[in-house]
Amino acid sequence: MAQVKEKKKTIFEQPWHELPRGGIMPDAGNAAEYNTGDWRTDRPIWDSEKCISCLICWMFCPDSSILVQDGKMVGIDYEHCKGCGICAAECPPKVRALEMKPEADFR
Amino acid sequence: MAKTLEETTKMAAKAGKNGNKKLSALTGNEAVAHAMRQINPDVVAAYPITPATEIVQIFSSFVANGQVHTEYVAVESEHSAMSATIGACAAGARAMTATSSQGLALMWEMLYIAAGLRLPIVMPVTNRALSAPINIHCDHSDTMGARDAGWIQLFSENSQEAYDNTIQAIRICEHPDILLPAMVTYDGFIISHAMEVVRIEEDAEVKEFVGEYKPDIYLLNTDKPVTMGGLDFTDFYFEHRRGLADPVSKVKDVVLQVGAEFKKQFGREYGLFETYKLDDAEYAIVVLGSTAGTAKVTIDDLRDRGVKAGMVKIRMFRPFPYDEVAKALEGKKAVAVLDRSDGLAGRGGPVFGEVRNALCDWPNKPVTVGYVYGLGGRDIGPEMIESVYTDLQEIAKTGKALNLVKYLGVRE
Ligand code: SF4
Ligand code: SF4
Repeated sequence: MAQVKEKKKTIFEQPWHELPRGGIMPDAGNAAEYNTGDWRTDRPIWDSEKCISCLICWMFCPDSSILVQDGKMVGIDYEHCKGCGICAAECPPKVRALEMKPEADFR
Repeated sequence: MAKTLEETTKMAAKAGKNGNKKLSALTGNEAVAHAMRQINPDVVAAYPITPATEIVQIFSSFVANGQVHTEYVAVESEHSAMSATIGACAAGARAMTATSSQGLALMWEMLYIAAGLRLPIVMPVTNRALSAPINIHCDHSDTMGARDAGWIQLFSENSQEAYDNTIQAIRICEHPDILLPAMVTYDGFIISHAMEVVRIEEDAEVKEFVGEYKPDIYLLNTDKPVTMGGLDFTDFYFEHRRGLADPVSKVKDVVLQVGAEFKKQFGREYGLFETYKLDDAEYAIVVLGSTAGTAKVTIDDLRDRGVKAGMVKIRMFRPFPYDEVAKALEGKKAVAVLDRSDGLAGRGGPVFGEVRNALCDWPNKPVTVGYVYGLGGRDIGPEMIESVYTDLQEIAKTGKALNLVKYLGVRE
């Protein structure tokens, strides 16, 4: 008979009695597990054609949500981007590779 | 004052040396300071406030004399006192403080944090009225205001109970099922400054009874680092607050268990509340704190005159022993609840509300009335308590309360 393996609950599915007491966080570096992307009211849209990979947006993003590979801007981490708009404001005026659009347009 | 301090210090040192159990003449504050000396906490952070000042003043002399190993933090406010105590306890220390009235009020936001973080802090509180008007004398409005903060509250009738409760509270709070903070309260001036005969137990016995504090999770554990005091949103706060209600539901059992152990070790008995001549009583009152002593004298006197008077003295007000109190009062003809604070809720004081809540579902419930008395240290004598029993007899005749709530001893 095939065994049905129970899927491990994520912390977001755990009932109160399974959570650590007093809101104590028993491990470090778990902020990445928290989806702050759903707080967003505006979404930064990146135009890869225009982008010159100056990485100013990467330096300014307060949520480490600008994805960079081999020294090049490659996209935005929408799981964590809170939509503050700093990246779009800081992208050089002559480039304008980032534009803020209402989140509602994408939902 | 200085002489008393010197004498009590000497007395305690001698008691410790000889290993003699001694009856001593001590004020409530002195007795509690000695309890703290014997508990020997790792950290005490405190700010003086009348009438609790002496507790930490005397305790600081124990620190200066090297009688305890405590790190004493002289802070600039009660808010900081509670904050430093929380920090120390979170770091892994057995941490204590003491306060009263406005001092407790200034600790307010930190009280909720101590409970929410599940920190077993024990804090003696001498009950004193809250401003305005400014008043330094006894009533219970200070700790009653903090009754829903998640702290255990143990009320004491006299200095001996204040001493005994302080020692037991350490065990209750640090119990692995509980890990909640506790206030040990006793009446300002009436108990805090009145000299009574108190039995101070041997240092070694108290040390053994309270045991060593071994926290399982603490900030200074570098092998198992944790974060405390993080932010919760709508997706976690409710679960964590629900988690706080769980240890609260277990406090009752632990209080009884520690009380039984205390009796075995030191001979004095403690439950959730004390009853006095209640079994065959027709008329009962419910009181907290030092008024119970006056009530006992009044009850003896009434009994001599054939009035079947009895009493329930609440020891554990938080969490409230609803079922047990209801069971104790069930079948009485009439019950009066005496509140030494006004709930300003439109229906008397907080103890009245709790007792009515407890009795609500019981089929054989007595008529209950509430009295607000003794605000700002207004004295309550046997004649006043007798007048309550006279009212109860009247009420029992008709089965109806004339006034649901009365102010007792106020100029009308
Ligand atoms: S909108 Fe704000 S959070 Fe999102 S990528 Fe830009 S700078 Fe980062
Ligand atoms: S700031 Fe603009 S141009 Fe520079 S990397 Fe970011 S998106 Fe590209």
